[in-house]
Amino acid sequence: MYGKGILKSLKVTWDRFWDTYTEDISWWLRGKKRYNSAEGIAHRSSKDTRGIFTVQYPEEQLLLAEEMRYVPFLVYDEAADGKKEVRCTSCGICAKVCPPQCIWIVRTNDPVTNRPVPVPTDFYIDMDICMNCGFCAEYCPFDAIKMDHDFDIAAYERSVYNLEKLLKPASYYAGIRPENAAREDEARRVKEAAKAAKAEAAATTPAA
Amino acid sequence: MAAPASTQTVDLIARFPGMVTADTRPGFTGFIVNKENLLEVAVAIRDEFGYDLLTAVTGVDYLAENKMEVVYHAFKTTGGAGLIFRVQVERVDPIEVPSLTGIWPGADFQEREAWDLLGIKFTGHPDLRRILMWEGYEGHPLRKDWKEAFYEEEVKPFKSRWPDGQHIYSEFKNPFRDNLNFPKDFDPEKYEPENEKDLYASLENHTLKGEGGLKTDQIVVNMGPHHPSTHGVLRVAVTLEGETIMGLKPVMGYLHRNHDKIGERNTYLQTIPYTDRLDYFNSMSNNFGYVTTVEKLMNIPVAERAEYIRVIMAELSRIQNHLIFIGMLMNDLGTMYTPSLYVFEERELILDIFEAVSGARMMCNYYRFGGVVRDIPDDILQRIKDLVVERIPAKTDEMERFLNDNEILVGRLKGVHLINAEDAIKYSITGPVLRAAGVPYDLRRADPYSIYDRFDFDVAVRYNGDMMDNYLIRFDEIRQSLRIIEQALKQIPQGPINSQKPAYQVRVPAGEAYGRIESPKGELAFYVVSNGKPNPYRYHVRPASFVNLTAIEHICRGAKIQDFVALLAMLDIVMGELDR
Amino acid sequence: MENEKLSLPNYNIPEDIQNVVAITTLDRLYNWGRRSSVWPLMFGLACCAIEMIAAQTARYDMARFGMEVMRPTPRQADMMLVSGTVTKKMLPAIIRLYNQMPEPKYVVAMGACASSGGPFKEGYNVVAGIDKFLPVDVYIPGCPPTPQALIAGMIKLQEKIDKQSIKTVRWYDKNKADSNYVPMPILGPDLIDVRRNAEYKKAAATQTTQESA
Ligand code: SF4
Ligand code: SF4
Ligand code: SF4
Repeated sequence: MYGKGILKSLKVTWDRFWDTYTEDISWWLRGKKRYNSAEGIAHRSSKDTRGIFTVQYPEEQLLLAEEMRYVPFLVYDEAADGKKEVRCTSCGICAKVCPPQCIWIVRTNDPVTNRPVPVPTDFYIDMDICMNCGFCAEYCPFDAIKMDHDFDIAAYERSVYNLEKLLKPASYYAGIRPENAAREDEARRVKEAAKAAKAEAAATTPAA
Repeated sequence: MAAPASTQTVDLIARFPGMVTADTRPGFTGFIVNKENLLEVAVAIRDEFGYDLLTAVTGVDYLAENKMEVVYHAFKTTGGAGLIFRVQVERVDPIEVPSLTGIWPGADFQEREAWDLLGIKFTGHPDLRRILMWEGYEGHPLRKDWKEAFYEEEVKPFKSRWPDGQHIYSEFKNPFRDNLNFPKDFDPEKYEPENEKDLYASLENHTLKGEGGLKTDQIVVNMGPHHPSTHGVLRVAVTLEGETIMGLKPVMGYLHRNHDKIGERNTYLQTIPYTDRLDYFNSMSNNFGYVTTVEKLMNIPVAERAEYIRVIMAELSRIQNHLIFIGMLMNDLGTMYTPSLYVFEERELILDIFEAVSGARMMCNYYRFGGVVRDIPDDILQRIKDLVVERIPAKTDEMERFLNDNEILVGRLKGVHLINAEDAIKYSITGPVLRAAGVPYDLRRADPYSIYDRFDFDVAVRYNGDMMDNYLIRFDEIRQSLRIIEQALKQIPQGPINSQKPAYQVRVPAGEAYGRIESPKGELAFYVVSNGKPNPYRYHVRPASFVNLTAIEHICRGAKIQDFVALLAMLDIVMGELDR
Repeated sequence: MENEKLSLPNYNIPEDIQNVVAITTLDRLYNWGRRSSVWPLMFGLACCAIEMIAAQTARYDMARFGMEVMRPTPRQADMMLVSGTVTKKMLPAIIRLYNQMPEPKYVVAMGACASSGGPFKEGYNVVAGIDKFLPVDVYIPGCPPTPQALIAGMIKLQEKIDKQSIKTVRWYDKNKADSNYVPMPILGPDLIDVRRNAEYKKAAATQTTQESA
C-alpha cells in the first residue's frame, strides 16, 4: 500500500524519540546519571543502547579503549631529583620499522670518545605523516615510545613534534594504559632482577 | 564442490608441445606460454580445461633479466586451485603482448593498468589508454628503473632517519619541489594538455548508435570526480540519448595512491598498515588477505587461537561492510541519511570492538605473520557475543522489515537487471554480485583458506541477478557471517596468538604467492614475488572493486540514467581499493 | 551611531572608543553567526571521508555545531574539509571547487594525507599536502582522525573564526579581493603548478638526470 512505508519509517523515528525519554526517566527514577557520566556513556555504547545514541563531545567523551592509539609519544621516568630520565636509548628500531618513515632520530655521540651514548639528542616525529599504525610502540624494546590517547591535537600549522614535545611522564602512560603499563613494568622488573642476579653471579664466580 | 585440481594435473605442455613450458624457477609454478600462442592456449584453458574465471592479470618487471612478464591467474568457478600461466617478453619498448580481452573481457581494466604502470602494450585491446594516471603522464611508474620525485632509496628503512635523522620535509628535496618530476628541458608554457581528447574519442567509439527511427541528439555528461553518489572520487563520462545510457566510460585514478610502488619499497611488515587503507571499510579483511599471502610464501603455520580471532574479525568486518552498503544504497536511492544513520549506529558498535581489540576504529593493523597482534580478552569476546547473538540479528531483522517492502525501494530495484551469470563470469566479477547472479562461488567454500572449512554455513546465493537480489543477498550474507562468528566464539581455544616470535624483519624465501580471500566486496588477492630480500620484489593487489567495475560499461549500456547510481552502488566499489 | 563608519577599513581606534565597542560587539555577532553555521562542502576523498561521515551520524552528530548541512555545491559551502589523500589527478578538481566557493571560506586539512601527503607522501601521484595550493586554516593530524578528533579540530576552527574581525577580514577588503584565487594546475608530464612556471623552466634546463635530487 502506498504510504505505508512512510508511516512505518516514521514509526522508527518516533520509537527512537520515545525511547530516549523513557530511558531518561528510568535512569532518573533509579537515581543515576545518564549524561555526563561514565556509566551513562558506557551504556550508550553497549548493545543495550536505546534512544539517543549521541555522545556530546566535547562535554562528554567516549570511553576510549585501553588499546586505542592515536599518535606516538615518548615516555620518561621521573627521577627522585625531578630530572627526566628518557627511556629511549636511540636504538633506532622504531625509525626502521615505521612504515611511512616519519621518525627522525639524532643519536648522541659522546663528545670525548665519539662513541654513541644511549640517549637521543633529538627525536622528531612528523605527525602529519604518521599513520597511527602503532608499530613503533609495538617493536620498541625499551617501552620508550607509546601510543597516545590524546586526539585533540589539531593545530593551525603543520605538526612536527620534537623531543621536548614528545616527552610525557610514565605516570601519564600508566594513567591511559594501566594494564599495559603494569604488565610492562612487571616484565622489566623481572628482567632487571635477572640481570642483577647474573651480574652478582658473574661478580662472585671469579672470586670463587 | 569439485575436487581441488592442482595446477600439475593440467598438462598444458602435452597439449601444446613446443608452445608451453613449465616454469622451473624455484618457488614459481605454472606455465610459460609463448607470446605467439597465447590466444590459442588461453582459449583452451577456458574451454577445454574449464578455467572460466580469469581473476588476475598483472605484469612483473624483471629488470636484471631484461624481461617483462605478464602473469595470469585463472580459476574455475566450481572451485579449486588455479592455473597460473605467464608470458615473458623482451624488455625493449614497445613491449607487446596479445590482449586477452577477446577471451575474458574481465581482463580489460587490468590490462590497461599494466599498460599504465608498466608500459606493456596489449595488442588487440579495444581501448588501451592509461587508467590510473592521466594521459600524457611521463613514464610508467612501476618499472623498476622509474623513480618518483620523492625517491630516497630503493628500500625502507631509509638511512637518513637514524642515527643522524635531522628532520626535513621531503618536498624540499626535489629540484622542482612539491613532489614533481619533469623531463629534461621541459617548458611548462609551451605544454598543451591533451588528456581529455582520448577519453571522449574512446567514449564515442564505444557508444551504441541509435537505431533508425527518430533522429536524436546524444549528449555527453560527466559525473564526478566530486559527486555525492559515486562512492568516492570516481568519474564517469556518459553519453545519453534521452534518458538512455548509450555509452559510458569510467575514469579513475583520482585516488591512486601508488600502493603497489610503495609496497615494493616497504618491508613485508610495513605493508600491513598500508593494506588497511585499501578497502578502508574492511581493514581486517585486507590484513587477512595480505598476511595469508605472505604466510604462504614463508610457509609458516598460524596459531590456532589466532585463526579463530582472524575469522571473527573478518566476519565482523563483513557485517559492517554490508550494513554500510545497505545504508549507502538507500542514500543513492534518495532516502538521504535516515537509513544510513541507523546502520552507522550498528557500525559504531562493531568499530568499538575493533578499537578495543586492535586500537583503531578503521585502520586496525591487527594481523601479523603467524597470528595477530594481541589477544582478545574475555570481556571483549563477551561483548562480541552480545552483539552477534542479540543486537545485530535483531537490527538486521528490523531493517529488513522496514525496507524490504518499501514501495520505492521495490520499485527501483525489482526487475532492474544487473548482470547474468554468464556475463558475470566473463567479466571476472566476484563476490556478492556474482552470487546474486546465481553462481555459488564463495572462496570460503570454493577454495577454503584459514579455517573456514570448520564452520557450518551456507553460501548465500540468489538467482535473478536483478538489483533486488543484489540487495537481499547482503542480508543473507550478514546472517551467514553471524552464524560463523557464533560458531567461532564457541570453538575458540585458549593458547598463543602467534606462532612466530614478534620480529620486525621477516625472512621470506624467494618465490611467488597468490593469496586470495573472500573480502566483502569479492575476491581480494595479493600477488607477491619475493627474491629473498626483506622487501618484496613485486607486490600487486588484485582488488575486487577494480575488477568488478570492469563490467560497468556492459551493465549500464541501455539502462536509464536514473538507475545508473543504483547500478553502481550494487557493485559496492570503494575507491581506496579501486585506485589503490 | 555612525554606521557608515563601521565599514571603514582604515578607521582610527583610539579616537573613538565607543565605535570600537560597537565593532567588537558586531564582530561577536558576526562571528557567532558564522561559527554556528559552517556548512561543509560535501566532498570526500579517501578513508578520512568515512570518518567524516561517521562524525555526521548519530553518535557524534556534527549538527550540534551547525555543520551538518553538507552542501554538494561549492556555491553554498563555507568550509572545504579536505578529507583524504589529495592526488595530482584530483587536484585540479579540488582547486576548481575551492575557487567556486564564495568568501568567507575555510579549508580544513583532515588527516595526515591532506596535511602533508601522509603515509602516501612518497607516492608519485600524491600531493604533499593541500597547503601547497590552498591556504589551510586547521590541520588535524591522525590517520584517520577519529570523529571526536575531527570535532576537536572543528572547535579549533570555530576559535579561529571567533578571533576574526569584520574590519580586517580579507573578503571585505577591496585590495585583497580575490587574493584567494588559486590558478588551476595543469596535468602535464607531471603536475604543473602554473604559478611556478619560471622556476620549473629554470630547473628543467639545468637538471642533468631525472633523479638528480
Ligand atoms: S623509542 Fe624505542 S625503538 Fe625508538 S629509538 Fe628509542 S628505544 Fe629505540
Ligand atoms: S605510529 Fe606508525 S607511522 Fe606513526 S610513528 Fe609510529 S611507526 Fe611511524
Ligand atoms: S590520513 Fe590516513 S585515513 Fe586519512 S586519507 Fe590518508 S591514509 Fe586515509
